[in-house]
Amino acid sequence: MTVAQKTAGRKIVINPVTRVEGHGKVTIHLDDDGHIKETRFHIIEFRGFERFIQGRPYWEAPTVVQRLCGICPVSHHLAASKAMDVVVGVDTVSPTAEKMRRLMHYGQTFQSHVLHFYHLASPDLLFGFDAPVEDRNVIGVIKAHPEIATKAVLMRKYGQEVIKATSGKKIHGTGSIPGGMNKNLSIAERDELLRDIDDMIAWSVEGLELCKSVVEADMEHLLAFGTFESSFVSIVKEDGCLDLYDGNLRAKDADGKIIFDQVPPSKYLEYIREEVRSWSYMKFPYITSLGKEKGWYRVGPLARINNCDYIDTPIAEAERVKFVALGGGRPIHATMAYHWARMIETVHAAEKIKELLNDPDLQGEELVRSGERRGTGVAWIEAPRGTLIHHYDVDKNDMITLANLIVSTTHNNEAMNRAVKRIADQYLDGQEITEGLLNRIEVGIRAYDPCLSCATHALGQMRLQVQLVGPDDAVIHEKFRE
Amino acid sequence: MAKPRLATGHFTGCFGCHMSFLDIDERILELVELVDFDKSPINDKKRFDQPVDIGIVEGGVSNDENAEILRDFRKNCKILIAMGSCAITGGVPALRNTMPLKECLEEAFLNGPTIGEGDGLIPNDPDLPVLLDKVYPCQEFVKIDYILPGCPPSADTLWAALTALLSGEEPSLPYELVKYD
Ligand code: SF4
Repeated sequence: MTVAQKTAGRKIVINPVTRVEGHGKVTIHLDDDGHIKETRFHIIEFRGFERFIQGRPYWEAPTVVQRLCGICPVSHHLAASKAMDVVVGVDTVSPTAEKMRRLMHYGQTFQSHVLHFYHLASPDLLFGFDAPVEDRNVIGVIKAHPEIATKAVLMRKYGQEVIKATSGKKIHGTGSIPGGMNKNLSIAERDELLRDIDDMIAWSVEGLELCKSVVEADMEHLLAFGTFESSFVSIVKEDGCLDLYDGNLRAKDADGKIIFDQVPPSKYLEYIREEVRSWSYMKFPYITSLGKEKGWYRVGPLARINNCDYIDTPIAEAERVKFVALGGGRPIHATMAYHWARMIETVHAAEKIKELLNDPDLQGEELVRSGERRGTGVAWIEAPRGTLIHHYDVDKNDMITLANLIVSTTHNNEAMNRAVKRIADQYLDGQEITEGLLNRIEVGIRAYDPCLSCATHALGQMRLQVQLVGPDDAVIHEKFRE
Repeated sequence: MAKPRLATGHFTGCFGCHMSFLDIDERILELVELVDFDKSPINDKKRFDQPVDIGIVEGGVSNDENAEILRDFRKNCKILIAMGSCAITGGVPALRNTMPLKECLEEAFLNGPTIGEGDGLIPNDPDLPVLLDKVYPCQEFVKIDYILPGCPPSADTLWAALTALLSGEEPSLPYELVKYD
């Protein structure tokens, strides 16, 4: 259905936003001349993990808190485990435990990035933003491009198999525990995964090339689409290398200058604060020293590729060099560049999986370490969608007394709101509203691969609703996009 | 003959049940031949406009919008399946049922250690759905025809149930497919 009607004095509502993981909604307020007055991207669910995890024993956190998110459960499983490593007094887990966790994490990054690129975002890229609604989904991709779709299915399956081999289950596994792991990798499991890894590397390179060819075919439009400048935050190793599992926090400004660097997790409260706005259950984090107005930033694949000094796997590093060259010395700010950066990381994850599988430490016997109990544990990890922070206080009876979770998508809250505003200004201002124009708003949100499940500590699916609101705020007319 | 239509819905769950559904892997190529997809978070169809043969829902009911959409699923789906612990019992999100909702909101938006002095407020806006006092199982709102237990149910469980129903049989799943984990 095409929604084309007079636009003056209306409020446009996109609810639910689809092909993202979670419940979100967009409202766009127009003035009497049909110009964009205000836009908002709302997160409309709330779950309350911070409170109801209190009073539960600390060792439950890695398995309970991952139920925030079934798309990246491994990130929560590992972030909670790492925070609880601190609580049980273990500063360094055994090499076997660390490498098993890394393998689990790169398996997850691989499956999550593949899911986002092929299953959720590729319909917009392959068919165009205005393609008919019936085709603009993964089923349409299966029908029109069966070879691409088959590889996508097998790649996601591979990532899930890595997760199962390391955590015991494809979704909500139990492999990681405070102080280490409860399993290593058998030779049989290793050989099974090694069998297909070269295909996975080759196919992820094909995916990256596909993404680049889409961008290159429509470069000017896609680089300008929903684009704005921001700071970037991500974890890097001490030498500035990209690391998705562990490291310290780095922030760069829009010109690429360092705002802070090598901040350890235990100091996060000095650097990051969160603002609450009345119209969303997702908070708005900002860099404390820059304040609410200027301190917002972006996280995720684009932030990580912009922030790191190099990548320690050869194919991904060569691709990073080509990618950053586009910025001519400044960070890359294009919203749609997230897809490109995400596919570079997909290649990197596959390369890392191969490197880890060939490491004999995975068959080691030392799984768990212990130490002296502490009262607080803070840890972070680069989840597929960006930096994920878990902070717990635990009392002497082993019960959790405080939990603070800043999930990846939350860091991108202001950025997604800016993308919506920018796209509304670029494409909707003074226009007759069509379905394709509204999809553009969602395309911009989708680039951030928001996991609204994590972010509200909730999740869902979305309708699109267009409301004609009179001056007294009464709904005069209402239409739904099918 | 028109293919059967399949819709999937998502309420207060973690999306893990939907992910487990995608774990049918190569069988998804087969499924596309067997059914037409109706409303689902994986496509852009946002509203029902014709009868649907099978609806599968994930997650419990925690706000008025969940309840409204669940009722809409019941109205439009001949067979309605509750998939996973959250849909069947409320699951992990229902842990909040043991305490007042107010405490959960205060902890997240007023007391959190990253909320600046005096900066907290509890979100409240006409564009936000109204939270319910508790997280409810789906069957407290509508009649559910089948439940598939697990957190999440395995891909094999979902596939076995779906293919049985599509061939018109009463699903009878072996113990390994319905036991927890
Ligand atoms: S049952 Fe488990 S996997 Fe399914 S939505 Fe609930 S927490 Fe997620």
